[in-house]
Amino acid sequence: MLSVTNVEVVYKDVILVLRGVSLEVPDGGIVALLGANGAGKTTLLRAVSGLLDVHDGEITKGEITLDGERIDHLDPSKIVELGVSQVLEGRRILGEMSVEDNLLLGAHTNRKESSQNVDRVYGLFPVLQQRRKATAGYLSGGEQTMLAIGRALMSGPRYLLLDEPSLGLAPMLVQQIRDLIVEINSQGTSVLLVEQNAMMALSIAQHGYIMETGKLVMDKPSSDLLADEDVQEFYLGLGGEGEAKSFREVKHYRRRKRWMS
Amino acid sequence: MIELAVTLPQSLTRFLQATVEGLSLAAIYALLALGFVIIYKSTQVLNFAQPALLIFGAYMASYLSITWGWGFWIGVLVAIALTAGLGAGLERVAMRPMVGKPVFAAAILTLGLDIGIRVFVNDLIGVNVRAIGDPPEGGFGAPGLPWPQLPWNWGGVIIQPRSVVMVITTGVLVMALLYFFRRSRFGLAMRATAIDQEVALAQGINVGGVFSMAWILGGAMAAVAGVFGATAFAGLSASNAIAALKALPAVVVGGLDSINGAVVGALIIGLAEAYTATYQAQYAPWLGSNFSQVVPYVVMLLVLLVRPYGLFGTEEVERV
Repeated sequence: MLSVTNVEVVYKDVILVLRGVSLEVPDGGIVALLGANGAGKTTLLRAVSGLLDVHDGEITKGEITLDGERIDHLDPSKIVELGVSQVLEGRRILGEMSVEDNLLLGAHTNRKESSQNVDRVYGLFPVLQQRRKATAGYLSGGEQTMLAIGRALMSGPRYLLLDEPSLGLAPMLVQQIRDLIVEINSQGTSVLLVEQNAMMALSIAQHGYIMETGKLVMDKPSSDLLADEDVQEFYLGLGGEGEAKSFREVKHYRRRKRWMS
Repeated sequence: MIELAVTLPQSLTRFLQATVEGLSLAAIYALLALGFVIIYKSTQVLNFAQPALLIFGAYMASYLSITWGWGFWIGVLVAIALTAGLGAGLERVAMRPMVGKPVFAAAILTLGLDIGIRVFVNDLIGVNVRAIGDPPEGGFGAPGLPWPQLPWNWGGVIIQPRSVVMVITTGVLVMALLYFFRRSRFGLAMRATAIDQEVALAQGINVGGVFSMAWILGGAMAAVAGVFGATAFAGLSASNAIAALKALPAVVVGGLDSINGAVVGALIIGLAEAYTATYQAQYAPWLGSNFSQVVPYVVMLLVLLVRPYGLFGTEEVERV
């Protein structure tokens, strides 16, 4: 179990971005983390994978544990070795390198099982095998997302942190990526899925967290979240129809304000 | 002397002679330029301490092989290892705390390191030119291998064996480096770090190790260049470090972040310098004597005017 307890993150010594966040990713589960822009979702992932340092951020309170062992303040390379691998937001594939080199890079900490993991990745994403000699920058958006996920899988992680895999993809491709995440999960990798596309994330996750300005405001099983009136309105774009516009906006504002505080 | 039966026309001999000189200069510049490029690519810092590494390497080689009498090969190899170690030490102690600080500040820091080390080494060298020694007769320590200490004479073109050794060694080192970057696990990690540090970190690459490795490679190659320089410029004195400053034009011409560019830039600069040395006195005597020393910088200026990012460099390379 990957668990985050009461974590507080400060950037540049002054900007408090996470204000005591606690979250759990159980073994073999898919957990969704939703929230608006700037809520701190990516920061939370960085805290887990040890990438805060690059952004001049620091965990000032709380702890992050992997199966009971603390992993905050470990080097990112150590965290990857322990089996937590992150797919960065915006894919971040190395466009100048070939598809194969990108994948080999992911196997940096795990050379022994590299050929086995390559087979697994090619099994999940046959299109990558077809294009393995191609320059990664010339792949289509969907293929690049697959490459980014494949690269993270090359270290043989037990926990996969996905930061907005649906970013910039057509709805059909989002469906495909969603099915692939389910497939990866069924092969035994637990997934923490950060998404703006709440519908997609909640449809496959067992549990969901909702974040607003550095705090978790909701923590419920996905089905409850999908049924929640506020979530429907703020995140799924449903509900509120037929009501008087002005009244609704006042109400919306008040409810929203309650969430933010 | 090994004589070749053919006699070549004098103008051709002269041209070929200049080419040979130019190539051996280029070999030195290429090694230094590669050091610049590797360190720049992985750390974004232009390492102005390269002359200090060069002179340190050459001094250690001279000291170990002559003064301590370890012999040429052991002396040189240990000197290369020591210089690589010095590079790694400088990176760890002085440069690592500068990660995340403006690269301009880091580059200025390397200037300080350069001055500090050079003052120290120059004092050790003293006022006299030091010898660096020759490989033992018989060549490469292998008795029976015909390796003449005397120059070859091919139809009037005098070729020093050391020029051949320099060009071949540099060629082999460049090939080895390219292979290292293309094929090896750590080379791949270094390339990835050069492109995107955060991605490299996220893959579990030890980015600090990559920085160390860059300085180790830079130091080792500067030491080899220093040994070459001390043989080519007939001995080791404080002024040998100037060769490293001429590698800077080579890097700028080739493009700060291109390994192939560093080699091509070194060739251009080396040949331009040698041809100028040969022909300038005759065709443009009004430029004064020793104009060839200035030519690398002139070439650099011209290239900067046309392609500010160098012949092979990435556009919008950050300038220091």
